[in-house]
Amino acid sequence: MPRTPQMIEKGLTLVDAINEALSQEMERDARVICLGEDVGLNGGVFRVTEGLQRRFGPDRCIDTPLSESGIMGTSIGLAMAGMRPIPEIQFEGFLGPAHDQLVNHAARFRNRTRGAITIPLTVRVPWGGGIHAPEFHSDSPEAIYTHSPGMKVVCPSTPSDAKGLLLAAIRDPDPVIFFEPKRVYRSFRERVPEEDYTIPIGKAKLLTEGTDLTVVTWGASVFQCLETLDSLPDDQSVELIDLRTINPFDADAVAASVEKTGRCVVVQEAPKTCSMASELSATIQERCFLHLLAPVQRVCGFDTIMPYAKLELEYLPDPKRIAEAIGHTLAY
Amino acid sequence: MPVRTAFAAQIEHLQILDEHGKLDERLAQGTLTDEQVVFAYERMIDYRKLDEIAFTLQRSGRMYTYPQNKGQEAAALGSGLAMRKGVDFLVPCYRENAALFLHGLPPECIFLHWMGDERGNAIPSGVNVTPIAIPIGTQMLHAVGLAWAYKLRKEDRCVITYFGDGATSEGDFHEAMNFATTFNVPCVFFCQNNQWAISVPREQQTASETVAQKAIAYGARGIQVDGNDLFAVYKATTEARDRARAGGGITLIEAITYRLGDHTTADDARRYRDTAEVESWAAKDPMIRTRKYLESKGLWDEQKQAAAEEHGKAFAQDIVRKSEGIAKPEVREMFDHLYAEIPDELRRQRDTLRTHSLGLYPEQSGLAVSGRRGS
Ligand SMILES: Cc1ncc(C[n+]2csc(CCOP(=O)(O)OP(=O)(O)O)c2C)c(N)n1
Ligand SMILES: [Mg+2]
Repeated sequence: MPRTPQMIEKGLTLVDAINEALSQEMERDARVICLGEDVGLNGGVFRVTEGLQRRFGPDRCIDTPLSESGIMGTSIGLAMAGMRPIPEIQFEGFLGPAHDQLVNHAARFRNRTRGAITIPLTVRVPWGGGIHAPEFHSDSPEAIYTHSPGMKVVCPSTPSDAKGLLLAAIRDPDPVIFFEPKRVYRSFRERVPEEDYTIPIGKAKLLTEGTDLTVVTWGASVFQCLETLDSLPDDQSVELIDLRTINPFDADAVAASVEKTGRCVVVQEAPKTCSMASELSATIQERCFLHLLAPVQRVCGFDTIMPYAKLELEYLPDPKRIAEAIGHTLAY
Repeated sequence: MPVRTAFAAQIEHLQILDEHGKLDERLAQGTLTDEQVVFAYERMIDYRKLDEIAFTLQRSGRMYTYPQNKGQEAAALGSGLAMRKGVDFLVPCYRENAALFLHGLPPECIFLHWMGDERGNAIPSGVNVTPIAIPIGTQMLHAVGLAWAYKLRKEDRCVITYFGDGATSEGDFHEAMNFATTFNVPCVFFCQNNQWAISVPREQQTASETVAQKAIAYGARGIQVDGNDLFAVYKATTEARDRARAGGGITLIEAITYRLGDHTTADDARRYRDTAEVESWAAKDPMIRTRKYLESKGLWDEQKQAAAEEHGKAFAQDIVRKSEGIAKPEVREMFDHLYAEIPDELRRQRDTLRTHSLGLYPEQSGLAVSGRRGS
């Protein structure tokens, strides 16, 4: 879809960038279809699929019945038949009914058929908290899907990463779950190349270089970390890594950084216990043991249910909590 | 061999009070008394005012999200009146506030919920309702379980569960219907078919001619009623309740109504539906016909209307005061209700409000957390 004057002048939001990637890929590849609840005429509740039905017709941008298991299960069949379905689950909290199809079917077909049947689909899911949404609209379940072998898990934080990673996800031969941090859906604009490009799944991005400590994060927490870094004393030199892909994650980039700095803080919205932060901590101590100057620390959501809106900002890691952990780790 | 009919069925549509306020006296017999109709109309006024004030609160940033109930009050009130307060149990979705209020739920609970406060779900004891169900369709199975327990314990109680037209597409609906009929539990399924599931019209949700006919596949009875007709809703629900209590089987009631507002305050329905359609349904608003009916019977007049509206305004403002007058929850509240007994790690997180560990364990070596390295 042609860019609006605002996009040309000011850049794209995360929503714009995902929309552009979808649109360009649907244009390029007739096998690609989008399906889900309210994705058609309404353009999705976040307007990520805005205009796609108008442009590509109701057979390629499809409003489905209200059934996540239905959306996911039929997407598997569509993929099996050679289509490239991009199902949307309206909010991560509604992955529940789709879970069986996703984890026990989409993710397992390749292995259980010894490669005879593969499921190249990309599930798009608005993810995470921070927008004062109702109950079941603010969770961060990336670890659950990382813990389920056979699926890739991507979580971009910026418009340009989102476009490149989404195009890579759609073209990936395996099922990919693409988490979209809704807190930054429209919070800023960025210059995004208009042409087709991909960003490899599994590669982290170094956001700032530093010498004393590594912060690893992803999704909207990237911006909480950037804000934290801005306010740190000058003598604290922190390296910030945006993981971008949760599974498979870029252990080499993380290890290289921690070997250099000797200290690491992992920041995530999800609850702490048995999370991606746990996995990163374990990997770092396995790979960087003799380089470590302090135990790896985790700044996470608490091990509670994501609270309703009145307390959600107390739940999510913020610059105060992140700075405190950085200070403690540097002082160790 | 001749081909025989293995099974045949038909679905009835019940209307007693038409959109002009004209009552079918014969069908209305033994349903609602005059006092009940007046009472229900007064509640419609109260709850409509409350619904409108919730909308304005959201628009001025005092409530986060709110799904308006506007236009669906007869379905909620007629069915709520048919269930016995304090005895039967209501398992709702989120568009039948009026039924919950009838059964004793303090309206500020609903406001608190949508203001982002779990305390809105702390249902007072003795009020037989479950909290609003946000994940679509999930509540129906809980209703069947409740009813099952009543049956196992031989208690004369009944459950009603509410859901939308969209919810009938979820597997949970079909599983709930199947369990309910297989175990023949005292449960009534009440579908508020308001024609839309966010932007998806009923015709795109299912190829079935009616929602009610879905009952037949499960060995239940299906009936369609005019959901904006208090009498029809009351009659159908009373019959379904009595039938269920007597072990006579499950009824799926499809109440034909209309969502006069947006899906929620986060939605803009003009993007996907015609104003002409909305206007045609606005004329079928349950409040209009109920008032016309009461006036035709000499039970209502301008003066009563003015008084009831004053009452409604004061009622709604009182609920705003109650729900806004409560202090923000303590941060510790997110920890305190997760388990009967709080585990150690969670207690640590609660007491320190952090998840990183440095400085928490005295035996951990190398601590110098008070100073900053290099300073
Ligand atoms: C499992 C699940 N999927 C998706 C949603 C998002 N969602 C909220 S309401 C809604 C439509 C519900 O339609 P319907 O059942 O007809 O009820 P109505 O809102 O019309 O009263 C959707 C898709 C949800 N809340 N839960
Ligand atoms: Mg509906």
